[in-house]
Amino acid sequence: MPDLLLELFSEEIPARMQAKAADDLRRMVTDKLVADGLVYEGAKAFATPRRLALTVHGIPARQPDLKSERRGPKIGAPDAAVQGFLKATGLKSLDEAKIQKDAKGDFYIALIEKPGRAAIDVIAEMIPVIIRTFPWPKSMRWGARSAKSGSLTWVRPLHAITATFGLETEEPDVVKFSVDGIEAGQTTYGHRFMAPGAISVRRFEDYEAKLKAAKVILDPQARKDIILEDAKELAFAQGLELVEDQVLLDEVSGLVEWPVVMMGSFEKEFLSIPDEVIRATIRNNQKCFVVKDPKTGKLTNKFVLTANIEAPDGGKTIVAGNERVIRPRLSDAKFFYETDLKTRLEDRLSKFEQIVFHEKLGTQAARIKRIERLAAEIAPLVGADVEKTKRAARLAKADLLTEVVGEFPELQGLMGKYYALAQGEDASVAAASEEHWKPQGPTDRVPTDPVSVAVALADKLDTLVGFWAIDEKPTGSKDPYALRRAALGVIRILIANEHRVHLAEVLGHAVAGYIEQGNSHVRSGVEAWAKPAETIRGTLESAFDAWSAGGVSSFISDRLKVQLRDQGARHDLVDAVFSLGGQDDLLLVVRRVEALGKFLDSDDGKNLLAGTKRASNILAIEEKKDKRTFDGAPDAALYKLDEEKTLAKAIDQVKAEASAAVAKEDFAGAMSAMAKLRPAVDAFFDKVKVNDDDPKVRENRLKLLNEIRAATRAVADFSRIEG
Amino acid sequence: MTPSTPIALIPLAAADTVPRASNPLARPVLTMDALPDHMRPERSFQGFILALQRFWAEQGCVILQPYDMEMGAGTFHPATTLRALGPKPWNAAYVQPSRRPKDGRYGENPNRLQHYYQFQVIMKPSPPNLQDLYLKSLAAIGIDAAVHDIRFVEDDWESPTLGAWGLGWECWCDGMEVSQFTYFQQVAGVECAPVAGELTYGLERLAMYVQGVDRVYDLNFNGREGAEKVTYGDVFLQAEQEYSRHNFEYADTAMLFEQFRMAEEACRKYLAAGWREGGNQKEHLMALPAYDQCIKASHVFNLLDARGVISVTERQSYIGRVRDLAKACGEAWIHTETGRAV
Repeated sequence: MPDLLLELFSEEIPARMQAKAADDLRRMVTDKLVADGLVYEGAKAFATPRRLALTVHGIPARQPDLKSERRGPKIGAPDAAVQGFLKATGLKSLDEAKIQKDAKGDFYIALIEKPGRAAIDVIAEMIPVIIRTFPWPKSMRWGARSAKSGSLTWVRPLHAITATFGLETEEPDVVKFSVDGIEAGQTTYGHRFMAPGAISVRRFEDYEAKLKAAKVILDPQARKDIILEDAKELAFAQGLELVEDQVLLDEVSGLVEWPVVMMGSFEKEFLSIPDEVIRATIRNNQKCFVVKDPKTGKLTNKFVLTANIEAPDGGKTIVAGNERVIRPRLSDAKFFYETDLKTRLEDRLSKFEQIVFHEKLGTQAARIKRIERLAAEIAPLVGADVEKTKRAARLAKADLLTEVVGEFPELQGLMGKYYALAQGEDASVAAASEEHWKPQGPTDRVPTDPVSVAVALADKLDTLVGFWAIDEKPTGSKDPYALRRAALGVIRILIANEHRVHLAEVLGHAVAGYIEQGNSHVRSGVEAWAKPAETIRGTLESAFDAWSAGGVSSFISDRLKVQLRDQGARHDLVDAVFSLGGQDDLLLVVRRVEALGKFLDSDDGKNLLAGTKRASNILAIEEKKDKRTFDGAPDAALYKLDEEKTLAKAIDQVKAEASAAVAKEDFAGAMSAMAKLRPAVDAFFDKVKVNDDDPKVRENRLKLLNEIRAATRAVADFSRIEG
Repeated sequence: MTPSTPIALIPLAAADTVPRASNPLARPVLTMDALPDHMRPERSFQGFILALQRFWAEQGCVILQPYDMEMGAGTFHPATTLRALGPKPWNAAYVQPSRRPKDGRYGENPNRLQHYYQFQVIMKPSPPNLQDLYLKSLAAIGIDAAVHDIRFVEDDWESPTLGAWGLGWECWCDGMEVSQFTYFQQVAGVECAPVAGELTYGLERLAMYVQGVDRVYDLNFNGREGAEKVTYGDVFLQAEQEYSRHNFEYADTAMLFEQFRMAEEACRKYLAAGWREGGNQKEHLMALPAYDQCIKASHVFNLLDARGVISVTERQSYIGRVRDLAKACGEAWIHTETGRAV
């Protein structure tokens, strides 16, 4: 079967867009082929800086013929309807129509046969549409044609289109179409500098080979392999090791069609700058790799660059040129670093008074003060030294005002650590600068040092509470202040470090920080959930109610659900635990969920769940019928059967044992106690008819059922558990 | 200030060491070899500028002289901002002194200046071979694409003060950004139809590369040697020191705030006065004088910004005010004789 070759040759496509564009091209063409009845065997797309290419092989030469039936008017319908039917179906007269009977009468049916078209014609129609609707993140107009509306847009000017279709054994045909004046043909061009001439191509195999001869490596993966292998080799030859960098590799491979890897060097004096700063300078500004000494793990004064040409002087000019560019860059970085070292971190803080964090949440200075205050409250809960924590919180963000971080924002925190150590801060205080930003994402490391933990929690909770109170909550996919990440960070820090913290209380301290600063936006936000705002710091219960009213609790519990679900836990168990109310100690919630999960995996658990659900269902029905609940202790005098008495006894015993175990936070113990309830529940349902004829006995039995439900609530709300 | 680092001279003018025939792009458009040494682009800053001017003159550009107002970039020149609008073809090239008050370093930084030169090319509609023309222009100033690694690296351009954006690249030579290449999509809030291509060369930086010097003040300005030699420092060092003082310490902020207000008011006044009803269509008769006041406001804002008297929140509002002027001027321009549809 024939193959399709398509190439869209343009001016330089941004590196970051190439991979997705190749994928989009493959997807759009193959989806459309299939939709048009052309089921192909395989497809592969490629991108270089100047071209998107696609090969689709095994496309049928023709579409299959399509047969369809179209129902027309009833026999004897008015002439207008008949004429309309004939016109729409292309029939000459009703004699050509079939007649079909159904319940409503006899109808004319037209049999329409649509012969399949030649695939090349179908392709010639689809490609221009795909080009015109291609989903570039940003596209542009160019040239004389852009004077008119509706001119073609592309990521950068599109110059040529190659499109051929045919069998391997034959000379393929050019797919004939044109897009905004660009005629599809079979001419492409080689490397911009080394082989700029026109190349005539027939099919994918000779296309790829001819490009290679014209110094273009079509496959991005092949370019990456070359760059990585050559770079490693160059480093290895000098007894060094390449610092691998996948993101940089992806980008660099999208900047060249013919990668030529070379090594340059810079003055050793620059090695006095922290490695991360050297790397950021060389990577971000020059898109070069850095190299380390495998013995020390420290960077050396070498870098690896990827050029796009093989120069007649062996690349000497290019290496020298890059060295000349890197030198002033490193010189700037060194200057920034040394300038930064001259100012103590605390001396930078006053500048934060001029910097607005958020118009309703105040300045960065105000924010840092709140974080310091809150971190000091959290410190004892996580075993951190209060004074060190306060110091750490005060300094943690000071590096935002340093020159190096201004230049390389990705080094925030890390530079703070370097500067803190350089000015003689305690190691924990210094580490908090870097650690308090963590975890940045679901796979990022979680801080463990208690000082870092306290500052990290304070930072995240301050943000969470503040934006929540001013109603800047995440909606759908929008989360401009990264509140989901903040909440997840809080959860991961608490659970990974097994810290027991009453969140309702700590959140109350966070609000207090804003209110003490006289922040009326936060005050009025919080007062919408709790009046007056101060009650949020009253009893744990009132605070918890306020958080529930404000939706903060469910936001956090939802994040916890996501987190536990990612780890394989059942989300309904999380609901079953949260539904008990008052659950603000996330570590305990997780422990409960774990114990509950194990219990429900056992036979005892499954049967007890079934029994409890049965009890709940009966209660629900009877409560509805009688329009009342069956609270209160059952009357022992009304027990008629042994099973009732046994159950009542079991409930009393289990309640006591389970509660005692829960009080000790021994959830596994609570579950084992719960298991003892099972035989009594089973026996009860086996022998006892709940709806006794004697209304008093019936009421008593319903109260007993209610007791089962109540007993299980010592560990979880079983009604929220699925299955 | 940043210490200058030891200079390693690169082989100058690669064209001297490599057979020219190896790269068709490097074939000189002009008989550069016939130039006296002191006029060669790799020897003198002025020769460098002259080579670019001659190259673009050959391509049919009108060679303009700098606009007689202070501005932050060559793009502000009405020959770019306004002429980019409307359907009439326009090809021009010029040097524009560019003032960035905040970038002053009292003459102590080897490559930061508060006043420097941009070489600006604008071609409307953008010709299909604009990239090739650009590469040829590099050859004309001694950068041979066979020996140097020249790259087009994504860079989307946006000017919030001009209400303009375009797509294009930073052009790299051996890892150094030497030019900006943009296809204008919108200028002064008006869609470009047709699109103009804009090239901006950072002249000092390019000349430093070609001359092989690491400190801008060491550039040979006139291509002479010995007693006759004039360096960039001879011409501009004192100015950098004086203007840095002025920009950061002494510029009269009360006057500047007043000048901003006055320029804004004058711009609006001229715009309002310029509208005429001509036949069926509206016509504007004073877009250029009005736009001068917009340029003025923009530069005054840059000075105030350098003096640190504009807060972060006010900054956005000032930028917005300049943009509003630019947009109103653009709207006026497309109703002038030169700017409107034929």
